[in-house]
Amino acid sequence: MSYSTTVRGQRFSFADLREVFAKANEDKSGDRLAGIAATSEQERVAAKLVLADIPLSDIVSNPLIVPAQDEVSRLILETHDQEVFRPLAHLTVGEFREYVLDEDQDGARLGALHWAIIPEVAAAVTKLMSNKDLIVAASKIRNITRCRNTMGQPGVLGIRVQPNHPADDLGGILLSAVDGLLFGCGDAVIGVNPVNESVETVSQILHGLQRLIEAYDIPTQSCCLAHISTQLDSLERGAPVDLLFQSIAGTEAANTSFGINLNILREGRERVLEHHQSREVAWVGDAVMYFETGQGSALSANAHHGVDQLTLEARTYGVARTFAPFLVNTVVGFIGPEYLYDERQIVRAGLEDHFMGKLLGLPMGCDVCYTNHAQADQNSADNLLLLLTAAGCNYFMGVPCADDVMLSYQSTSFHDALGARQLFGLQPAPEFLAWLEQMDIVRNGGLVTPDSSARQRLEEGVRLIA
Amino acid sequence: MMKTPATSDNRDPLGAIRTRTPARIFTGRSGSAYRTQTQLSLRSDHASARDAVQTDIDWEGDLGPDFLRTWDVFAVSSQARSKAEYLIRPDLGRRLSEQAQAEVASRCAVGADLQVVIGDGLSVAAVIRQVPHLLPLLHADAEKRGWRLGRPFAVRYCRVGVLNDIGELLAPTVLVLLIGERPGLMTAESLSAYMAYRPRSGHTDAERNLISNIHARGVAVEEAADRILRLAERMRRAQLSGVAVKEELGVLAQNAPPLLADE
Repeated sequence: MSYSTTVRGQRFSFADLREVFAKANEDKSGDRLAGIAATSEQERVAAKLVLADIPLSDIVSNPLIVPAQDEVSRLILETHDQEVFRPLAHLTVGEFREYVLDEDQDGARLGALHWAIIPEVAAAVTKLMSNKDLIVAASKIRNITRCRNTMGQPGVLGIRVQPNHPADDLGGILLSAVDGLLFGCGDAVIGVNPVNESVETVSQILHGLQRLIEAYDIPTQSCCLAHISTQLDSLERGAPVDLLFQSIAGTEAANTSFGINLNILREGRERVLEHHQSREVAWVGDAVMYFETGQGSALSANAHHGVDQLTLEARTYGVARTFAPFLVNTVVGFIGPEYLYDERQIVRAGLEDHFMGKLLGLPMGCDVCYTNHAQADQNSADNLLLLLTAAGCNYFMGVPCADDVMLSYQSTSFHDALGARQLFGLQPAPEFLAWLEQMDIVRNGGLVTPDSSARQRLEEGVRLIA
Repeated sequence: MMKTPATSDNRDPLGAIRTRTPARIFTGRSGSAYRTQTQLSLRSDHASARDAVQTDIDWEGDLGPDFLRTWDVFAVSSQARSKAEYLIRPDLGRRLSEQAQAEVASRCAVGADLQVVIGDGLSVAAVIRQVPHLLPLLHADAEKRGWRLGRPFAVRYCRVGVLNDIGELLAPTVLVLLIGERPGLMTAESLSAYMAYRPRSGHTDAERNLISNIHARGVAVEEAADRILRLAERMRRAQLSGVAVKEELGVLAQNAPPLLADE
């Protein structure tokens, strides 16, 4: 097959689909690092022009990573709904962009297409969309999930409370969690990244979070974001697991570098579903998985097969969706300037990831963040937070003053959550909102001053629990 | 406007518990925004972190000639040639320069039981602060166990993946890389110890273990040294490293301070 075009008298040819995909991307330092990025703006637009004319059926029938070499490629083919895809197959990527943006394609109609769209098609259309396109298209799609509460409904913006501590001190963790609860945060999950990956530490954190949830009857989920095997070992030793977490990537080799494969994820999910049934909790649904992702992880593990980081991120969502997760978030600025150099690239990647995740059926959230070696600051995070709120993002992180004292990066804060909810008229998950009102943390739709009686009760509870 | 208590509110019955976390909790608010003092202290800490990333290490000046002499430490470089290149080319930071390979090969013994390497990573401040305390503890403990120690050396513009190159050259049983972590707002002095059993080309993070957050308000150097050596012992017994080898940390829980100092 020939992939070439002429732009203002200059001829551009691309050897294969993989090269068209890579060069059609907006500029990313990670694609440059991989040596696959467009070398000029004209070459970039030439690749976009070529891509726009490729029929979706060509993308489906020419896998970028050979299925025989990669279980993620095989999974994508096995889970593709060919019947629903048939009427779309003849559309070019350019036509599909217009199809997705058309007013007639509302959330219900786009939602019916989830399994007809393979990750590579989602990636292709993303490459032709502007930032505003990505926001408008994503805002039409609501992907709702249930575990101990309900996330993702229209009008809802969830927040993960992320009460990390540099020495896994349970008292410190619970205090940070309480600060978040008093800001109306924590409906998505109260999720701790442990410093220490031992079964003892992970178990201690899981028990501690569960005692907080039970003591105040909070309709939310807890999670300790250790390696899946450590969480499962903790579960076997009696620790309560609400959500089973794992970082995942878009190739088999990258997942191997994370110490996982599809079968490990399958078995883990089965084990936690079984465990949920054995606990006396008023579950409202059976979504039990929590995944984190991010562009650049496969390249970072030297497991990218010459494929661009945007497409590999889409393939990661192809993995995630087969496990019906409760939460999925891209950690968009965490990986560093080698992959996303500055604010411009981080913002673009955040909008791309959110849109692709929504189109593929995922309850997409975003850790809007940056590290101190990237060309970004809290103003950049403010910008992306508000853009993604407009796009209908399911949830963000809530970190005390956005400063994660364990992972040493900056994310978004409880204050940011309050600001975004107020600005866009959004509320926490319904079950959680009812609890906030019952606790007198929220009254008449507004946050009660933080020195309310709820604060005293919660803080005293922390002292008893820890 | 909301009236909100400051963190130092002395009517607060839980003042003592606050010291349990360096996180910026109960800072009050102005509407949905930070109070001005919070806003500016965040900016100030970010400024320090940004500056810490950009600093270049001067091994002799920063660690002191006495330290280098006592521990017989010499310094080499990765293939990155500048801080700016180091930041966007992780592949170069994972490889020893040709000169470094030759120097390491000629100055270090092959097949040590434990080889310690120091890397600047993303924080020179972390290396300066933690390594002079941690390295002697590691050596003393390893000697007590009767292990043969490799000659320690330092790598400029260093990434974690350099473990593989060093493993190929020196074939140590366990390799420990002490490397400066990316600075956060709370501290720029946090060090990580990445460990691998017989590292070699092709190994990834799945074959490595990590003890992170080594700094005054995180994992103390004494505890870090103890954990590194215990983990090295487990690796030697299991003859592998990575996700299959986990720390057993009864010792950690016992060392944790009580929730309230006065209880």
